[in-house]
Amino acid sequence: MGLMDRHALIEKNATLLLVGSLLVVTVGGIVEIAPLFYLDNTIEKVEGMRPYSPLELVGRNIYVREGCYLCHSQMIRPFRDEVERYGHYSLAAESMYDHPFQWGSKRTGPDLARVGDRYSNAWHVAHLSDPRSVVPESIMPSYAFLKDAPIEVKDFSTHLVANRRVSVPYDDDMIAHANADLMAQADPNADTSGLEARYPKAKIGDFDGNPQQVTEMDALVAYLQMLGTLVDFKNYDEAAGFR
Amino acid sequence: MCKSTLPNQMGLSFDMDQGGDNAAAELVSHVDRRPRIGIRGRGYLMKFGTEIVALSLFTFAALVAAGFGMDEPFRQHMWVLFFVLLGFVGILIRNTSFEAAAPIDPSAYMDGPIRYGAIATMFWGVVGMLVGVVIALQLAYPDLNIQPWFNFGRLRPLHTSGVVFAFGGNALLCTSLYVVQRTCRARLFGGDLAWFVFWGYQLFIVMAATGYLLGITESREYAEPEWYVDIWLTIVWVAYLILFLGTIFKRKEPHIYVANWFYLSFIVTIAMLHVINNLSMPASFLGSKSYSAFSGVQDALTQWWYGHNAVGFFLTAGFLGMMYYFVPKQANRPVYSYRLSIIHFWAIIFLYIWAGPHHLHYTALPDWAQTLGMVFSIMLWMPSWGGMINGLMTLSGAWDKLRTDPIIRMMVMAIAFYGMSTFEGPMMSIKAVNSLSHYTDWTIGHVHSGALGWVGMISFGAIYFMVPKLWNRERLYSLRLVTWHFWLATLGIVVYAAVMWVSGVMQGLMWREYDEQGFLVYSFAETVAAMHPYYVMRAIGGAMYLSGALIMAWNIAMTILGYQREEEPMPGSVPALQPAE
Repeated sequence: MGLMDRHALIEKNATLLLVGSLLVVTVGGIVEIAPLFYLDNTIEKVEGMRPYSPLELVGRNIYVREGCYLCHSQMIRPFRDEVERYGHYSLAAESMYDHPFQWGSKRTGPDLARVGDRYSNAWHVAHLSDPRSVVPESIMPSYAFLKDAPIEVKDFSTHLVANRRVSVPYDDDMIAHANADLMAQADPNADTSGLEARYPKAKIGDFDGNPQQVTEMDALVAYLQMLGTLVDFKNYDEAAGFR
Repeated sequence: MCKSTLPNQMGLSFDMDQGGDNAAAELVSHVDRRPRIGIRGRGYLMKFGTEIVALSLFTFAALVAAGFGMDEPFRQHMWVLFFVLLGFVGILIRNTSFEAAAPIDPSAYMDGPIRYGAIATMFWGVVGMLVGVVIALQLAYPDLNIQPWFNFGRLRPLHTSGVVFAFGGNALLCTSLYVVQRTCRARLFGGDLAWFVFWGYQLFIVMAATGYLLGITESREYAEPEWYVDIWLTIVWVAYLILFLGTIFKRKEPHIYVANWFYLSFIVTIAMLHVINNLSMPASFLGSKSYSAFSGVQDALTQWWYGHNAVGFFLTAGFLGMMYYFVPKQANRPVYSYRLSIIHFWAIIFLYIWAGPHHLHYTALPDWAQTLGMVFSIMLWMPSWGGMINGLMTLSGAWDKLRTDPIIRMMVMAIAFYGMSTFEGPMMSIKAVNSLSHYTDWTIGHVHSGALGWVGMISFGAIYFMVPKLWNRERLYSLRLVTWHFWLATLGIVVYAAVMWVSGVMQGLMWREYDEQGFLVYSFAETVAAMHPYYVMRAIGGAMYLSGALIMAWNIAMTILGYQREEEPMPGSVPALQPAE
């Protein structure tokens, strides 16, 4: 076994062993991951995707913070039962502005990729505050504390800037109005024409039943209510998007 | 119960390592002793001088960050850091002295950090498993959630990181340092570097764990800590690589033993995975929140490239290194096949890295990547079983020890579970199977047969082997307690995995069940309700496994304290007396 004899060289040279194993373990990642950044058909062409509004982004950060992804997926697979239960299967384009992605790996609770517009704001608030009051079989923890947690903002525009640095297309106008938009979206009396122009299809109004204050409950419900509602599937070409 | 003959070997004082001196000081003679780097006054030498100054600066920085942090969780987290560092400083100041440290023998092994590591492994193991039982009970009885800090979503990463990185990580850390010294016949490289790696890693664990409870998470499974904790882990991990590699470079044995190949590839691959997967953009340098560098589909595959290889390299390659040293040692037999170890080493590290996409079957990840992931996952079955065969066949000629030695029994059970879960994994990576198993508890069952069966059992075996040697004890406190541990752990795993298989398959079938009119039969809530009895059973299985670990902790503690339990020897371990002819 000549090859085995030559292996003795590696067994006696720590540098060779280190470099050799590092080279061997890099191959898989380069072949599998790198093409996703340059192959054009990785992300489908769709209409309607936009960056999250500041309030939705705060809500999404709460979703991340509370570990919702540990029990809820946001990825509908193209199976008959999933499409009937949850709606159109998820597209890569629908999470193109998600830093990080929230596809999840476990459904202890149902998929949430298209939960937007399915229930009323009041239902969400009741469900988050006391899940078993609306779904007796639920094993979800209570998140009532969100109603009492006002959103702590020093300067939310830094979050939009951070997203822009990782190539989410927030423009200067969006960044300049970040703090105002954050408060206006949950305020039924605010002038929201600018907000609606910047973030089409944004849900506006008081979400948590307490118009006096913008709370974490407002933000989380605003996020849940927009999930899966942006892409216009009437104009989506299934055949062109097939990969 | 009686005190052993070696009562004075507590070895638990802070500075167990012959003065904790550094490598530079070892080289100078006893008479003409240059002071080590540190605070000096009139020729006096302050032990831990540099460390105390540096740590005090970090403590102050933590205090400043606690005052000026941008968000509340960050400020709370910095208070935690402040008090932890303050504790470290206090301990160092209490242990400092101005006397010249005793010279250390450069040919002696440095076992201080390994002793601490063995204790830390036991401690974090019990903590991580306890949190596991708690969250298992939360799924069965949701009223056990205490918002906001002890809700399931915050405790679950505490459990996974607790068992993977705190228990498994400390087991890898201390066994790798034990093995590399003995197989290279060299003292650890870098003087106190090993202490830095040990305490630095514990600080990482504490910061990660408290962060989860405060809601500080990147939400990447098994890589949840936020950016500043990630940076700290990177520093510690690079130090670990230098420590391990430096020791190999110092070796007196020309040949690098196979266990060290696995440990080395585990350390270097985890460094690569950790750095790339955690690339992120902080919203502020005084805030906890960061946004990952990648988004959507690219982010998903990067994460599962990391996530699957946290299994492949952290929980497999590293623990195979453990197997390659401790199984031959305990069985007192050489490794079965040298060639097989070469082939399966290169095959396993090459193939494992490709398997990530099987976590993303039928998602928005392009089909070509999914198929590639599936094909490589199935191929991975072969080198995995190569490792299993090499481990099991090492017992050739020593199989009788299964009857008499509960530690070898534990190791063999670990290898058996390794074989089972590395068969189950490739099977679940087949897309048709995965369409049923994905998103269900079957995955959780699979992970636990690997984690409890393979990782847990091989670590227990290694700790049982090491502890009497590290503390110069003749034997363990009790072998019969090891037998109890073995059976509790084995039965616990069987209950856990079997229950999760049944509930996972049931869940998957209920989600897709149609009636004759073409309607879905079950609402999602009905499938949740159906899970309740299985969740209760699962918690019982986990509690059995935890109770085994508690027995082990007792056994190890008594061994360290120098006690030996008076008990009947294991049947068969003492030759039966023959009647006189």
